[in-house]
Amino acid sequence: MSEERYVTIDNKTILIEEEGNLLELVRKANIELPTFCYHSELSVYGSCRLCMVEIEGLGLVPACSTPPAMGMKVRTNTEEIRKMRKIIVELLLANHNQDCPTCQKGSTCQLQALARRLGVSKVRFKKQNRELPLDDSSPSLVRDPNKCVLCGDCVRICSEVQSVGAIDFAYRGAHTVVIPSFGKELDKVECINCGQCARVCPTGALMPKSEIEEVWKAIYDPNKVVVGQVAPAVRVALGEMFGLEPGVTTTGQIAAALKAIGFDKIFDTSFSADLTVIEESNEFINRIQKNENIPQFTSCCPAWVKFVEQYYPEFVNHLSTCRSPQQMFGALAKEILANDLGIGPEDVVVVSIMPCTAKKFEAKRPEFNHNGMRDVDNVLTTQELGRMIEEAGINFRELEPESFHLPFGFKTGAGVIFGNSGGVSEAALRYITEKITGEKRDSYEFTTVRGDNGMREATLTVGSKDFSLAVVNGLGNARNLLERIKSGDVHYDFVEVMACPGGCVGGAGQPVYSNPSIRHKRTKGIYENDRMLELHKSQDNPYVTELYSSYLGDIGGEKAHHLLHTSYKTRKRISDEDMTFSSGDDQGFEVNVCFGTGCFLKGSQKLLRDILEYIRSNGLHSSVKVGASFCFETCDRGPVVKIGDKIIEHCTLDKAREAIEGMATSTLKEVQRNA
Amino acid sequence: MNLTLMGLNKIKEDYLAAQTVLARRIIVCAGTGCIVNGSMKVYEEFVRCIKDSGLNAVVELKKEKEEDGVFVSKSGCQGFCQIGPLVTILPENILYTKVRPDDVQDIVETTLIRGELLNRILYVDPDTKKPCKNQSEIPFYRKQQRFVLANCGVIDPEDLREYVAHGGYVSAAKACLEMTPLEVCKRIGDAGVRGRGGGGFPTGKKWEMALQTESDKKYVICNGDEGDPGAFMDMGVMEGNPHSVVEGLIIAARAIGADEGYVYVRAEYPLAVKRIRKAIQDAYKAGMLGRQIFGSSYNFDLHVMEGAGAFVCGEETAMIASIEGRRGMPSPKPPFPSQRGLWGKPTVINNVETLSNIPLVLAAGLDQYRSLGTHKSPGTKTFAVTGHVANTGLIEMPFGSTLREIVFHVAGGMTSDDGKPMNDGFKAVQIGGPSGGCLTRDHLDLPLDFDSLKQVGAMIGSGGLVVMNKNTCMVSVARFFMRFTQEESCGKCVLCREGTKQMLSLLDDIIEGRATEETLTILEDLAIAVQKGSLCGLGKTAPNPVLSTLRYFRDEYEAHVKHKYCPTGKCKKLTKFWIDENLCRGCTLCVTKCAIGAIMGEKGQPHKINQMLCRKCGTCIEVCKFQAIKGGKS
Repeated sequence: MSEERYVTIDNKTILIEEEGNLLELVRKANIELPTFCYHSELSVYGSCRLCMVEIEGLGLVPACSTPPAMGMKVRTNTEEIRKMRKIIVELLLANHNQDCPTCQKGSTCQLQALARRLGVSKVRFKKQNRELPLDDSSPSLVRDPNKCVLCGDCVRICSEVQSVGAIDFAYRGAHTVVIPSFGKELDKVECINCGQCARVCPTGALMPKSEIEEVWKAIYDPNKVVVGQVAPAVRVALGEMFGLEPGVTTTGQIAAALKAIGFDKIFDTSFSADLTVIEESNEFINRIQKNENIPQFTSCCPAWVKFVEQYYPEFVNHLSTCRSPQQMFGALAKEILANDLGIGPEDVVVVSIMPCTAKKFEAKRPEFNHNGMRDVDNVLTTQELGRMIEEAGINFRELEPESFHLPFGFKTGAGVIFGNSGGVSEAALRYITEKITGEKRDSYEFTTVRGDNGMREATLTVGSKDFSLAVVNGLGNARNLLERIKSGDVHYDFVEVMACPGGCVGGAGQPVYSNPSIRHKRTKGIYENDRMLELHKSQDNPYVTELYSSYLGDIGGEKAHHLLHTSYKTRKRISDEDMTFSSGDDQGFEVNVCFGTGCFLKGSQKLLRDILEYIRSNGLHSSVKVGASFCFETCDRGPVVKIGDKIIEHCTLDKAREAIEGMATSTLKEVQRNA
Repeated sequence: MNLTLMGLNKIKEDYLAAQTVLARRIIVCAGTGCIVNGSMKVYEEFVRCIKDSGLNAVVELKKEKEEDGVFVSKSGCQGFCQIGPLVTILPENILYTKVRPDDVQDIVETTLIRGELLNRILYVDPDTKKPCKNQSEIPFYRKQQRFVLANCGVIDPEDLREYVAHGGYVSAAKACLEMTPLEVCKRIGDAGVRGRGGGGFPTGKKWEMALQTESDKKYVICNGDEGDPGAFMDMGVMEGNPHSVVEGLIIAARAIGADEGYVYVRAEYPLAVKRIRKAIQDAYKAGMLGRQIFGSSYNFDLHVMEGAGAFVCGEETAMIASIEGRRGMPSPKPPFPSQRGLWGKPTVINNVETLSNIPLVLAAGLDQYRSLGTHKSPGTKTFAVTGHVANTGLIEMPFGSTLREIVFHVAGGMTSDDGKPMNDGFKAVQIGGPSGGCLTRDHLDLPLDFDSLKQVGAMIGSGGLVVMNKNTCMVSVARFFMRFTQEESCGKCVLCREGTKQMLSLLDDIIEGRATEETLTILEDLAIAVQKGSLCGLGKTAPNPVLSTLRYFRDEYEAHVKHKYCPTGKCKKLTKFWIDENLCRGCTLCVTKCAIGAIMGEKGQPHKINQMLCRKCGTCIEVCKFQAIKGGKS
């Protein structure tokens, strides 16, 4: 038996168990040390210096980076510590934009809370505010560097949890800022809009972008029919903003609140999730039969989709072509609902209530935008809906529950569990097994895919066939998985990926939380919601069946394809990065040499120089525009050069010359023809 | 190629044999200071003039027997850059100073051909007014004890053979062939070697800890990221004796079981980079680096990493981040680099001077090393002396030397702001750069070592010594260093990033007359918080200049704050300007130069300064030809 180890914290003996650092141990002693930069899910950073404690014999040390040792005598509230904490908060406040009453972070701002808690009544230091420009380029997030306390939480969650690294520190000392690469705007870089940075941001430096004003405008417009759709995860979290326990289902109150606010129709995204299950499952069965593009990846999560588009072009075809439930609903609303109501689609305003910031980006994707009209006009986060309810003065807790409108307000439990990581897989399995075997199955046969782990796997036998599937949340986990699939280490038939830890319940549009236990309660709430519903399988949804028979026709058929499917494409990580070295005239063609890291290392700079020299010496400079582009995302086949529309991999000067000559001849012919 | 001890001996014998044939040798200092003053032209001129006068000029020693001739070689920094370019003539051992290319012909004719001294370019002792023939007669050198720097300024830093001829690489070979790693650690530990980078941590202990950590891979790093303003000790060693650093690293690697290492040197030291690179290249060729070094079973690869010049990268964990290609920011310790360092592997980081000491310690033996310095801080320390002293430059003193010896004997005493001797002018010394503290008249006889300085709120640091005369405003000095640390803060932890900025702003308030007594309280509180709470050494030591000047010169702060008066008259915003009517000729020059029209007066009539308008920029004082404008206490 191993000896018990303990430390003394403010004269209390605390047993050391699994805790890796003193801060966790102090928490166990029911003392909340202030901190900005410590998160159990991220690496220890040690920058805020707020969790300093005194250890006898060692003096002041940061609790977050000090491993507990047997017999340590710790004090957490000495005069010195108290003084230092105040000084730190004062220093931060002196450097902070203090428009607190109008800051959207409002009551969830940790800096404000800490100043209050520590009794900071006066800032003795001089105001040092720099006026840095606001970055509201992103459809999902707003970055206000003037409110940043440089705790680095956003930087670490972006690189450590999501393996994206869209933002990082730049410059030194007092000039330090967190910015996207090359100082570009957030929508020009590889940000996947998951918003986890905003979730962990203690202040208002990173926040979901609000669309509240646009929604009010639509509500006040008498000519518009405002149609709301509510995502599954919203119902188990919104109550937190009104003092309810996390995980308490408030579907009826949400419907009542939306009606009170002035929404004309209120539907459930879980309905279109049921549709997604049917379309995506059939797509999967097809692919398995043809042995094509296996594994099939889910495509409900727009952050994940963008991740694949920009980092894994070789897997873009593996994404399910199904639109996400949000976009399926948008398409149906604009086409069917408008028709039923006897109005033009331009007068239907579709507003989604989502737990997610990436959904704002998804709604604005050109694939879902026809003739300047979006399938989904506005996306509100759970937080934004909460704020609208507050603004309207609605006493949310006391609302009488109301129901959603039919037909798109009717859902099965399968459509609801989409809100949890593993939910899409479970819902699909409830369909696939019945479809393949032709017999009724128990709804709760597939709970093995549930769990809190960021990477789970399961093997199932359906009929005569074994299926292996993986359920992933957190894109860092997804990257690991993709690398293992690429290297052939593992094989899966079906892979579900959600960008946010825990799936949509942990989305960045949800009420701010930092303790994972809150997320776990929401997860539980979703599964309870499934149990409470009458039906649990998408194929049992009578309104879905009715929709197919009266309007869509066959599953995966032409009409369904038009409304419920889409296609994805590869994407550059950095857009707007082309540099021109030699500009031709209007009738010329373009030569673009990739200057991304991979191609650069493979000699693209010399290649560019040689091509420029060749063009100059052959008198082609007037008809060819030569530029450097950032990345074609095929780094393993570099150097890559794009000549006209042709992409040449492993390009050499000879290959480039041949292509340029070919282009020049055809351009010349065209010019002559036109003349 | 396997190189054993015998092989080393062969290199040495061949080199010495080739050298003895040559009757004379001319050593031209090729340290950065002398090069900037034109020593390379002097070198070329020597080769030309020697040839012209019919002698044989040998620029590279060849193994084959040469004819008699004059060996013209370059050396690293000799320390007394102020009187450079320096030229040494051997075997007579004559040191010529401030040698210009025009002097070379004269030297060749007078000294080389006629064997006479050329008095006009000898150093003149300012006290005795006598010309000094060589270092042993120059007070600056006479009082020093050159141990690490002994070969700097003598050997050709770009010739491995000469380093070997002076006993080089024998210690490394012995460490690899005749000693166990633990023996090496113990020997260094017993000698009492302490890290010269600032902290003074026992080197042997550091190595032993890393040796004991089990790992498939370990690293050693040489910290050559010297960044204190006015400090250039490590530059001197890397430029003047790069092989000693390489040898120190080989021994360190052997001691902890590392097979790969880095020399991290700032890119602003191009000459040091070049010479370290050359030394590594030559050591690879000779079999001292690479596979099976010295014929042993050990491998050791050494790389050069150029730093982009961030001061904070001198901090161990930041340096590791920088080598890994990440932003140079420190991380919390633990884990310590000896547990988890470069690429997550146990890593030992030693300073240039420490490493340069190592081969000497092993070669000299414990007794000889311990005979230098004090019991707890044995050995010597190099210092870069600058400021209000007659002699500035790179010096080396045994630990336990006093400030008095350095300032008044080696550095030749105090000078005024314009460089003239200033008896009784001593006010303070800033030791240890921006991380150190100040020492006063009371500390002149304090034996300088790691522990004594800690007790008085300063640190030996890397060895920067800025000497200040009594016209120096200590608040401004604190501000100078605060500005440096504020700019060099990496920006990671709140206390250092925001704290240094606020301290700087508070010091500005004091200097510019906006401070109240509360300012001093806030400044002190903040300084203590930053000192105790910052993440890394840079932040923890950043308040030292403020705290130590507050401790020893509080009256000066109070004069600024309470009486809005700078006792030295250096703070312009606290100075009142007025015109002495008796001296003013009414030339109107100041009237036209005053940017805000604060000076009034007719031509030929004494002028007057409107105190309400005066911005105290001091332009009028500078332009007045008759010293009629006065500034001082109101």
